Amino acid sequence: MREVAGTRRPYGHRVALAVLAILAVAVLVVPPIAQVDQRLVDLSAAGLPPSFAHPFGTDELGRDVLLRSLYGLRVSALIGLAAAVTGVILGTAVGLLAGSLGGLADRLLMRVADGVQALPHLLAGIFVVALFAPGVVAVVVSVGVTHWLTTARIVRSEVLSLRSRTFVEAAIGGGAGRARIVFRHYLPHLLPQIMLASVLLIPHAIWHETALSFLGLGLPPHLASLGNMISDGQRSLLTGHWWSSVFPGLFIFVPTLAISVVARRLRDRLSPRRRSELTL
Amino acid sequence: MRARAIGRMVAWRLLFAVPLLLIVTAVMFALAKVSPFDPVRQYLGDRASLTSSEVVEQIRRNWGLDRPVLEQYLTWLGNLLRGELGDSRSLHRPVAEIIGERLGWTLLMVGLALVLMLVAGLVVGTLAAWRENSWLDRAISGGALANEAAPVFWFALIVISVFAVRLGWFPAGGLTDPAATSITPGDVAHHLVLPCLVLAVSQSSWLVLFARESVLGVLREDFVVGARARGLRERTVLVRHALRSALLPYITLIGVRMPELVTGAILVETVFSWPGVASVSVEAALAVDFPLLAAVTLLGTLAVLLGNLVADVCHVLADPRTVADA
Repeated sequence: MREVAGTRRPYGHRVALAVLAILAVAVLVVPPIAQVDQRLVDLSAAGLPPSFAHPFGTDELGRDVLLRSLYGLRVSALIGLAAAVTGVILGTAVGLLAGSLGGLADRLLMRVADGVQALPHLLAGIFVVALFAPGVVAVVVSVGVTHWLTTARIVRSEVLSLRSRTFVEAAIGGGAGRARIVFRHYLPHLLPQIMLASVLLIPHAIWHETALSFLGLGLPPHLASLGNMISDGQRSLLTGHWWSSVFPGLFIFVPTLAISVVARRLRDRLSPRRRSELTL
Repeated sequence: MRARAIGRMVAWRLLFAVPLLLIVTAVMFALAKVSPFDPVRQYLGDRASLTSSEVVEQIRRNWGLDRPVLEQYLTWLGNLLRGELGDSRSLHRPVAEIIGERLGWTLLMVGLALVLMLVAGLVVGTLAAWRENSWLDRAISGGALANEAAPVFWFALIVISVFAVRLGWFPAGGLTDPAATSITPGDVAHHLVLPCLVLAVSQSSWLVLFARESVLGVLREDFVVGARARGLRERTVLVRHALRSALLPYITLIGVRMPELVTGAILVETVFSWPGVASVSVEAALAVDFPLLAAVTLLGTLAVLLGNLVADVCHVLADPRTVADA
């Protein structure tokens, strides 16, 4: 897919990077130095609309929405990162196995991939989380096991094309074992693709975590996660307190948009011929 | 000739679906087996500590939980094949009954949303391609990109906040008015508007961008240039020539988008308390209700497979060239 108009302007990705940098600094710096505890319940300040003291208002327990959202973003970003890395490692392993072993193993692994593809991700995630106690590990695992397909396909097709290259044949001729070829010859070539795949996976993983938390199947309710906050805000939404669920959502929306703009840019710079495969 | 090709394709697809569904059921069953949840303990609930271990053993034996795992799986699979989906452990009713009464509402909402998003996606995407690089194109493409980044449950809450709470035009959720004693079409339609629109809009950005690319590609082809050179009206060129060819790859998208559609349906039904079959998966998960959850998950998988099949059949019907390699 070609670039869309919104990202064609050469500074689009710079704006996106700046936004991401600001968010990263805010998430890393604010929690340790904040004067107010984000868990502080202050019922006298409950449900306040956005004001100077509370730019994003307060929730139904009087907690500052902006501060809590930053904590939530911290949690969501960490889990998103962990889940994306899990998915990419799993995908790389499957792709390397399928590509380098070939034959029956290859066909079997790819059929399994087809099977996972036919499962709606969120449904599979719900299934996994429901059967194992909801929590950080269950969420990371549920995202990991549903998001390895693209990486696996890319790695496999890349290995298939590398397999017949002269330097690999030379290595085989030189007596290199299968493991050595995989780790010393295949992996270094695949690294850019793998990195790009993980960057693209992060927004997906964050989305997945927030959706599960929103449904009450993700992180424990006391943890300030963005999904939990949006879900909590849902109750006060009907009484007109829109800010306690709309603002936390902004902290998913903005970074996701920024990452997808940067990823499009990266994709075009790193590997123009892989564009179609990596399209979100 | 074409009917035969389609028949052969359908048969092949169904044949391939069998091992796939086997894998899915096997994985589901394996996950349930390694899960730390004990169905007997859950069934007993608070009574678990009061129940003697002999009774617990008896229940285990009655449920066949003392048999080898493979045998348990085959029994479960056999029941599924015979249409015996078991009883829901949380709602204490047959699973088939629950799905039966909820499936219609889901099909109504998702079906309408699907038609809406396909038509709107095509029209908006074509508009953007027709005026490539104009402010309109930029607005549409940028909007689609932004729309894709917005989580559907968040978008749904904003829509509720504006149209239900602030403006009061539509109800915030449910199937009928809480005071209503019977289900009337008008009432349901009124409640259907918001969830249907939210689902359609949240899924449409991909379709818009794809339709735009597709039409852009066709607009550069020789036969379009030829049509323009013959002095045909712009509308004729766009609709009769460009749109018609761009429609082909677009149709297959129904199949590709199926998993996302199921995901969207789960979230939208939950936010709007729509009593459909997708939101029941969340309720089943919260109650760790394996029979219900397994049935709904299988249903979701079937929907994806069926969507792919329908998309391929439509493609063959629309494009005679694909018959040869179908």
